Amino acid sequence: MTRRLLLLIPLLLFAALVVFLYRGLAKDPAARDSALLARDFPAFNLTTLDDPNRTLDRSLLKGQVTLVNVWGEWCPTCKQEMPQLLALADRGVRLVGVDYKDTRENGRQFLDEFGDPFEVSLFDPEGTLGFDLGVYGAPESFLVDAEGVIRYHHTGYITPQDVEDVILPEVNKWQP
Amino acid sequence: MAAMTRRLLSICLLAIVILTGTAAIAAIEVQDFEDPALMQRYEDLTTRLRCPKCQNESIGASNSPIAADMRERVAALLRNGQSDRQIENAMVSRFGDYALYDPRLDARTWLLWGLPFGLLAIGAGVVAGFVLRRRRRDGRESASAVLDEHERRRLEALISRHDAGSHGRRNDGGAP
Repeated sequence: MTRRLLLLIPLLLFAALVVFLYRGLAKDPAARDSALLARDFPAFNLTTLDDPNRTLDRSLLKGQVTLVNVWGEWCPTCKQEMPQLLALADRGVRLVGVDYKDTRENGRQFLDEFGDPFEVSLFDPEGTLGFDLGVYGAPESFLVDAEGVIRYHHTGYITPQDVEDVILPEVNKWQP
Repeated sequence: MAAMTRRLLSICLLAIVILTGTAAIAAIEVQDFEDPALMQRYEDLTTRLRCPKCQNESIGASNSPIAADMRERVAALLRNGQSDRQIENAMVSRFGDYALYDPRLDARTWLLWGLPFGLLAIGAGVVAGFVLRRRRRDGRESASAVLDEHERRRLEALISRHDAGSHGRRNDGGAP
C-alpha cells in the first residue's frame, strides 16, 4: 500500500509545478520592488524649475514625509496623473516635483496648464537625478520619510483609487 | 511562374529584414574607445545588462531612452577605470537585480541556482537506490545458485546416471 502511495509523488510534484507556473501567468511582469527601498534618497544638486539661480540638495527632503513625483511635459500619463497629485496636496501631503528630461519653458507651461501641486519642482534636464533614482519611465513617485529615506516607490500612473488605497495609507504609516 | 513569384517575394522579404535591421542599429549611438579591450568590455557589459523598461532586451539592443542613458553611463564608468563588477553594482543599486541577465548568487537567489543541482542529486539518489536494490537481489539469487562440494558431486552423479539411462533406452528402442 505504501509503495502505491510512493508512485503518487511525481504526480504531486507535477501538480505543485502547475500551480506555481499558473500563478506566474497572472502576475504583472513589470511589477518589481524598487532597488532603493529603505535607502537614503540619492544626493543631488539641482536648480528649481522656477529659478535657475536657486540650487537645492537633498536636505530639502528632511523633516517631513514627502512624495517626490518624477514628471515631464513630454509624458502623457503625467497629465492624467495631475488631478490625483492635486488631490493629495489638498489632503496635506507635501509634494516635490522632478521635471525630468524637459525644458524649463515646457515644464512651466505644463504646470500652468494642469495645475501645480508641488511645493517646489527640481529641474533635471539631463535626467541625472532620475537615473540615480532608477527611473525608467515617468511618471514615478517616491515616498520619502522625515529622515530622507525612501519608503515606497510607485512605478507609473497613480490612479484615483491608488490615492485612497495606497498613497495616503503609506504617507500616514511613515508619519513621524 | 510560381517559383519566380516566390523568389521575388523572398528577395523583398530579405530586403525588408536588412533595411529594418540596419535602421535599428543606426538608432543606437556608437561609443568610441581608444583601447580595444575597453571596447570589448563595453560590448560585453551592454549585452549582460538588461534594459529595465523592456521585457527582454539588453541595453545594447534597446532603443528606449533609459537604455541609451545606461549605455552612456557604462561608457563613462569604463573610461573612469571602474571594474565590470563596479559598473554592474552601479546599475543594480539603481535598477535592481532585474538589470542583470545572470542573477547573482546570494541569500535570495541560492534556491534559483541550487534547485537544478538539488533535483539532479535527488534523481541520482533515486536511480542509485534502484540500482543498489537490484544488485543486492541479483547477488542473493546467484549466491543461492552456488553449490557446495556435496551438492556438486550429487549433481554430477545424477547427470551421468541420466545420460547412461537415456543411452540405454535409445539403444533398446532402435533394435528390430
